[in-house]
Amino acid sequence: MPAFPKKWLWVVLVVAFGWPLLAPVFPDLVSNYRLFLVSTMIIAAIAVLGLNLLTGFNGQISLGHGAFYAVGAYTAAILMDKLNVPYYATLPAAAVVCFVVGYLFGQPALKLEGHYLALATFALALAVPQILKYKWLEDLTGGVQGIVLMKPEVPFNLPLNEDQWLYYYCLVTMVVLFWAANNMLNSRSGRAMMAIRDHYMAADTMGINTARYKTVTFGISAAYTGIAGALSASAIAFVAPDSFNIFLSIKFLIGLVVGGVGSLVGSVVGGIFYVLVDNSAQAISTFIKNDLGLQFDLSAYTIFGLLLIILMYLMPQGIVGGVYLLFRRLRRS
Amino acid sequence: MKTNRRTFIGTASAAAMFPGAAAFGQKKYDDGASDTEIKIGNTNPYSGPASSYGAIGKTIDTYWKVVNAAGGINGRKITFISLDDGYSPPKTVEVVRQLVEQDKIFALFQSLGTPCNTAIHKYMNQKKVPQLYVATGASKWGNPKEFPWTMGFQPDYHTEGVIYGKHALATVKDAKIAVLMQNDDFGRDYYDGFKLGLGKEASRIVKTVTYEVTDPTVDSQVIQLKDSGANVFFNICAPKAAAQAIRKAADIAWKPHQYVVNVSASVAAVMKPAGYENAQGVITAAYLKDATDHQWDNDDEMKAWRAWMDKNMPSANKADANHIYGYAVSTLMHETLKRCGNELTRANLMKQASSIQKLRVPLLLPGIFVNTSPTDFYPIQAVQLQRFKGETWDLFGEVMHAESS
Amino acid sequence: MEQFLEQIASGLANGAIYACVALALVMIYVSTDHLNFAQGEMAMFSTYISWQLMNWGLNFWVAFVLAVLVSFVLGVIIERAILRPLHNAPVLSVVVVFIGLLAICNSVAGAIWSYLIKEYPSPFPKSTFGFAGVIGPHQLGVVLVTLVVLALLFLFFRYTPLGLAMRAAAQNPQMARLVGVRVDWMLALGWGLAAAIGAVAGIMVAHIVYLDPNMMSGILLYAFAAALVGGIGNPGGAVVGGFIVGVLENMVAYVGNMIEKTTGVYIIGNGEKLTVALIIVIFVLTVKPAGLFGRVVVKRV
Repeated sequence: MPAFPKKWLWVVLVVAFGWPLLAPVFPDLVSNYRLFLVSTMIIAAIAVLGLNLLTGFNGQISLGHGAFYAVGAYTAAILMDKLNVPYYATLPAAAVVCFVVGYLFGQPALKLEGHYLALATFALALAVPQILKYKWLEDLTGGVQGIVLMKPEVPFNLPLNEDQWLYYYCLVTMVVLFWAANNMLNSRSGRAMMAIRDHYMAADTMGINTARYKTVTFGISAAYTGIAGALSASAIAFVAPDSFNIFLSIKFLIGLVVGGVGSLVGSVVGGIFYVLVDNSAQAISTFIKNDLGLQFDLSAYTIFGLLLIILMYLMPQGIVGGVYLLFRRLRRS
Repeated sequence: MKTNRRTFIGTASAAAMFPGAAAFGQKKYDDGASDTEIKIGNTNPYSGPASSYGAIGKTIDTYWKVVNAAGGINGRKITFISLDDGYSPPKTVEVVRQLVEQDKIFALFQSLGTPCNTAIHKYMNQKKVPQLYVATGASKWGNPKEFPWTMGFQPDYHTEGVIYGKHALATVKDAKIAVLMQNDDFGRDYYDGFKLGLGKEASRIVKTVTYEVTDPTVDSQVIQLKDSGANVFFNICAPKAAAQAIRKAADIAWKPHQYVVNVSASVAAVMKPAGYENAQGVITAAYLKDATDHQWDNDDEMKAWRAWMDKNMPSANKADANHIYGYAVSTLMHETLKRCGNELTRANLMKQASSIQKLRVPLLLPGIFVNTSPTDFYPIQAVQLQRFKGETWDLFGEVMHAESS
Repeated sequence: MEQFLEQIASGLANGAIYACVALALVMIYVSTDHLNFAQGEMAMFSTYISWQLMNWGLNFWVAFVLAVLVSFVLGVIIERAILRPLHNAPVLSVVVVFIGLLAICNSVAGAIWSYLIKEYPSPFPKSTFGFAGVIGPHQLGVVLVTLVVLALLFLFFRYTPLGLAMRAAAQNPQMARLVGVRVDWMLALGWGLAAAIGAVAGIMVAHIVYLDPNMMSGILLYAFAAALVGGIGNPGGAVVGGFIVGVLENMVAYVGNMIEKTTGVYIIGNGEKLTVALIIVIFVLTVKPAGLFGRVVVKRV
């Protein structure tokens, strides 16, 4: 897949950073709610990027990235709640914890391929909410009740409100993480990662330490998703086992595939889709019911399913891949 | 339409006369209310594993449509915006912020789920937007000192648990108690209440086992309970597992005194699947009438509700207790809004909601009323015990009040 | 000791459920090389169809046969209409389509039949017969039906030309096409067969777990584990895998209980039994990557 043109990248960044400053001019366009919504998209994009590093660039499938997201969120929540650690310091902590968990999980995963790895990761996603409720951890995790947190406070008396600050906090984190991911992928290690994905045997023969690359990639991938989890703990100000059910992992996977497997831009698109798909499914469902007057109850869940199938039908390579193909076709004709 | 409205709202509006009359003065509005409309927000799980609760949201939606067709409340139409949160707390935060900040709702009504409501608890109180009659049985919603904008609706699980505990102690000699509970806050609330009800005798609980919502059956758990030699079985399960547990206990010839929580007291969804012969003698506490219980077949409120369902939700399954629940809570909200008169401010809404005296809401059990005060944010706190006999519930004893202390 | 036997028996009874669904998963895998995440929901939908037919007054077995036939046709239609156009798409895109299917089956069933749980009759005679009070006539019946389906599948794939053609189409589509096998129709047939087996599984399971749109959501994971532990391409292995998973899970809870009873310390209980069982399954898979009964496929590079 082609790289994103540099000049457009700058335009996007300027818009992303400048947009909230328009609040006094267009109060409706730049509402606190919209900023919050975009913040959740950013968080989802980071989580999807984490999954993409593993699945898209290294060829290891995971149906359980919600587990790392949960570990990151709980690491942050426990640090803030029990030890009064400031929220910004929880990000590196979550990254380290998740890297270790991911790296360790990567060891048995080496022996598993395809469907077997899918099962193992799926099991992980199911196990984590149960472990959070485990009797001996209850004091730490709050058990079934979860932990209620404070929202991040605006530092240095900056003239921003909570939501604006949260937005910048998430945005800066995302830019740093994407920049790091991009550098890594364009380095020797990144090429090794992709070589393993494209042709395991050849990569092995060429002297790439495949086992080490695979486990480290697992760790890095988990760390990325864990950071997203830690961000979400701050943004939502509440963690509970119910927030991390198996659907979370499945929705990350959907975000990954719909955005674009093996594409950094695809991760951003996937993050946006992750948030918007529910809202649009609901809007379509209400529209059909109220404005078209259809008698049969076409629920939002049905529309969600239909949307997925239609999208894959139209763009089996994901949105980024689909748009790219479209452009190429247009240019050729 | 007209006859329906009269039957249902007639009784309620008579009671409303007095406080309502005073409020019909100057018009005052907060966000979400105007001369022509009142915007009410709601969250419900229409997708995902908890989607069975979506029936509540649909009933409420239909209720407001019917009210609007009959002229609305004090001449104002209700705009009801119900959004899907899939029972995921982060999603609840997102859609509730949309409701409050983007759609500018007047109040949030019947948002569903304990974790979901916990996630928005602080936010709603910071924004000073009513989070009214939430659809969860946790006991934390009646805390007007810290959270003056949040109020519950149904008898809380904790209180109900206390009642079972006391009853078991009083009626079973040498009670040895086994508990099966769903491993979440719903199970935990009941369990804590139950232990409180047992008081000093809490050590009579000889075995507690949990199950997960994803467990296909609870057979293994019931076998463990039987093995403990208990003679009392407290069944804190959602309908499916509750039915499985009752049937399983009978299958392995374990015959304890059984208590099942109100959440799983439906005749059609629990007792019948469990097998009537297996469910004889099971005790539960109730506050609503059960549409699948034949003792209410000739009850006026029940007949009126059936007619309403036939007319307005013809394709819905009337055996689903969620429709009864959604209907009853809507009539309470209807009454509360009506009492606000022309002073549609959020503060007044909370004031009206917290000054309801002995209000009869249709489909509540006879003798149970809605009572609130500025210090009592638990609208319904009375239940009556009932025992399963033949194919219906048999009410016994007094209506038990556990008004908050 | 009594509890031990009861737990084993209950594990076997649950195992029969997992085995049944695992068989359907294996079926799709063998004939199309995909793991169908919507398998459980499709089976649930078929079960509702049979329930509806019985509600209209049909006899159990008539409804059973009709539901299986309808499911077969629906399976073929789904393959032709939804998956055919995607035959060149990446595997993950197909997975997303399966998730879409899952959502549609689940919500449409809920819209038509409501989310209320329904009891589902057992076709087997009621009798006092039983082992440890757990394996009753229905559980035995489920095992029996599962074994019959397994035997039929074995005969079909081993001895009929159509079965051979289907296997060929899945294993080496190009070669199969060259020798005159209509590969695309073989895939559709595979889907039909898997949907039909799913219907059988759903109908057998529904009496035990009750009928509701979410009845399969918990079971699917167990079936998934069962299919893999037995070796994904091996129907017999899937059935054995089902029993292994069912018993293993109960044993974890049992052992946890015993530890608590003797030492008074809670280590594992019902909350952790699935987790621990899965850890064991995964451990087994790392030692025997192709499953207990799977053949190790030697890849040519």
